[in-house]
Amino acid sequence: MDTLLSLANGFSVALEPSKLLFCLIGVFLGTAVGVLPGIGPALTVALLLPVTFKLDPAGSLIMFAGIYYGGMYGGSTTAILLNAPGESASLATALEGSKMAKAGRGGPALATAAIGSFVAGLIATIGLAFLAPWLVEIAVKFGPWDYFALMIVAFVTVSATFGDSPLRGLTSLFLGMMLGLVGIDKLTGQARLTFGVPELLNGVEVTTLAVGLFAVGEALYVASKRWREPEEIIPIKGSLWMTKEDWKRSWAPWLRGTAFGFPIGALPAGGAEVPTFLSYSTEKKLCKYPEEFGKGAIEGVAGPEAANNASAAGTLVPLLTLGLPTSATAAIMLAGFQQYGLNPGPLLFAEKPDLVWGLIASLFIANVMLVVLNLPLIGLWVRLLAIPQPWLYAGILVFATMGTLAVNPSPVELGMLFGFGYLGYLMRRFDYPVAPMVVGLILGPMAEAQLRRALQISLGDPMILLENPISATLLGIAFIALVAPFVMSGLNKFKAAED
Amino acid sequence: MSRTIDRPALIVGFLLLAVAAIVAFDASRQTITSNYGVGPTAMPYVVCAGMVLLGLAHLFVAFRDGLPKPEAADGRALLWIVGGLVGLIACIALGGGFIIATAILFSCTARGFGRDALLVDIAIGLVLGTAIYLLFLKLLTLSLPTGPLEALLS
Repeated sequence: MDTLLSLANGFSVALEPSKLLFCLIGVFLGTAVGVLPGIGPALTVALLLPVTFKLDPAGSLIMFAGIYYGGMYGGSTTAILLNAPGESASLATALEGSKMAKAGRGGPALATAAIGSFVAGLIATIGLAFLAPWLVEIAVKFGPWDYFALMIVAFVTVSATFGDSPLRGLTSLFLGMMLGLVGIDKLTGQARLTFGVPELLNGVEVTTLAVGLFAVGEALYVASKRWREPEEIIPIKGSLWMTKEDWKRSWAPWLRGTAFGFPIGALPAGGAEVPTFLSYSTEKKLCKYPEEFGKGAIEGVAGPEAANNASAAGTLVPLLTLGLPTSATAAIMLAGFQQYGLNPGPLLFAEKPDLVWGLIASLFIANVMLVVLNLPLIGLWVRLLAIPQPWLYAGILVFATMGTLAVNPSPVELGMLFGFGYLGYLMRRFDYPVAPMVVGLILGPMAEAQLRRALQISLGDPMILLENPISATLLGIAFIALVAPFVMSGLNKFKAAED
Repeated sequence: MSRTIDRPALIVGFLLLAVAAIVAFDASRQTITSNYGVGPTAMPYVVCAGMVLLGLAHLFVAFRDGLPKPEAADGRALLWIVGGLVGLIACIALGGGFIIATAILFSCTARGFGRDALLVDIAIGLVLGTAIYLLFLKLLTLSLPTGPLEALLS
């Protein structure tokens, strides 16, 4: 009952006209950038962070959440019509979606993606609303050692699930953690890794790293292989609406996709890739028309799209209740909270219930707005896809530098932005995932603080991490997750040698 | 499987070892250390150890499969964009202001992506820069770096 009461309270906040406006701007911007190839929700939030720091915190956070949800919706449009998924989470959607579009069934593909996202988003947000207070109750009892262990789990899963090589994922993570060391140490006030440069005393900004890696890095990467002709937009032929048959074949995949997406997103397991591909392969097995898979089966769009959106809501569970980001977008949203001096976690639920529940309520509203906005405006979104590439990326770079120029227009900060950009380009070139680096930068200092707090309580005895059941279990999970890929690949090699 | 050494992996390996050395050197110069063994130097040493391991792993990989082989890159396109970024920093540092800096970045990037209309793009960049400048000033009350063009506007 408490949950319903808090939620009702949240709706009274979220339904204020100004909050509705922020939500609308958020979903609109989110969809627009989600549609544009090359920018995902993480980058959009990062671009907007510096320019919103004078706005009202609740409104901005609602807007960021709207961008997150909108970006997920928009990504499916690009995946279906362009066969060029804007972010890794829509890779699975592109498989069947683009085939459907080529077969002249682009309309129903977009519709099942949008309605599936709506259904999944709704169920997952309800899940979030009921799971969060319960998790907060548990989290209150967490000691610093438990938080530390939880962050170790997040480190491992984030770097092992993004990209195909744990070695490259961990390298990216450690580079981020190294950047997290830069600046003044909070406990002793000593400068670390600043080399006497005063601009570095405040540390490396998460937004500078994220914008550099995602925007500048992506632009350089796309430019470097420019001669490859861009994919053609597949025009939507025929009706936008789904037939009775389409509905009948879509509803079960929607629900199954949600069942995959929400729990996996909510666990500190990182990313939407795993649930979307799980959903895709499950639908392929369960489908009554398996011969259609590979030629445009509607189940292959409905399931992964639902999983994608449900996992987006799922990642908000650890973010809001524990302050633990498990994806790049969540990491940047955490930076958004911190910019207003807010620290997500059990305390925030107690201190600012209006803000937290207003945010959760606004997710419901964002979902409704998206499904209303998305289908009628599909023509507008398609036109966005037709922006010439040179202008698109020139514009992205202008927006990328704009935030830094507004807040901190020093040559050092700009140099860092472009340095990170070039690094992001090289990392893309050699297939290093960039998301773990962002997560490492933001979680590294948090993990350090928790570890030091834990060891101060235990008077320097590291066994405290293993003596507490929760932290010991979590560290065990982290260890298994770290070692498993190496052992598995060893086994595979062994098998290959035997054959 | 070829037995040649993968140069990129080798370079990344050595770079990681070098960064680890810098982190360790910086940590060794810290003067205040905390009472219970975990002062400000503990985390740097952990990061350093991780980087040494990853660096060695890269050296190992260099003699095996190596890193994924990238496609050839279009160097001229990259040069245009990097030139635009450097031009932007120079313009800001020399007091040229936001609008001119934006025009430089916009036109150079568009050129890097293969457009052959530098003057048109400079004009678009100037208009875009002016619009953003006014939007920031009036709506968000944030001031962007000013130069001669911005002085004309206010």
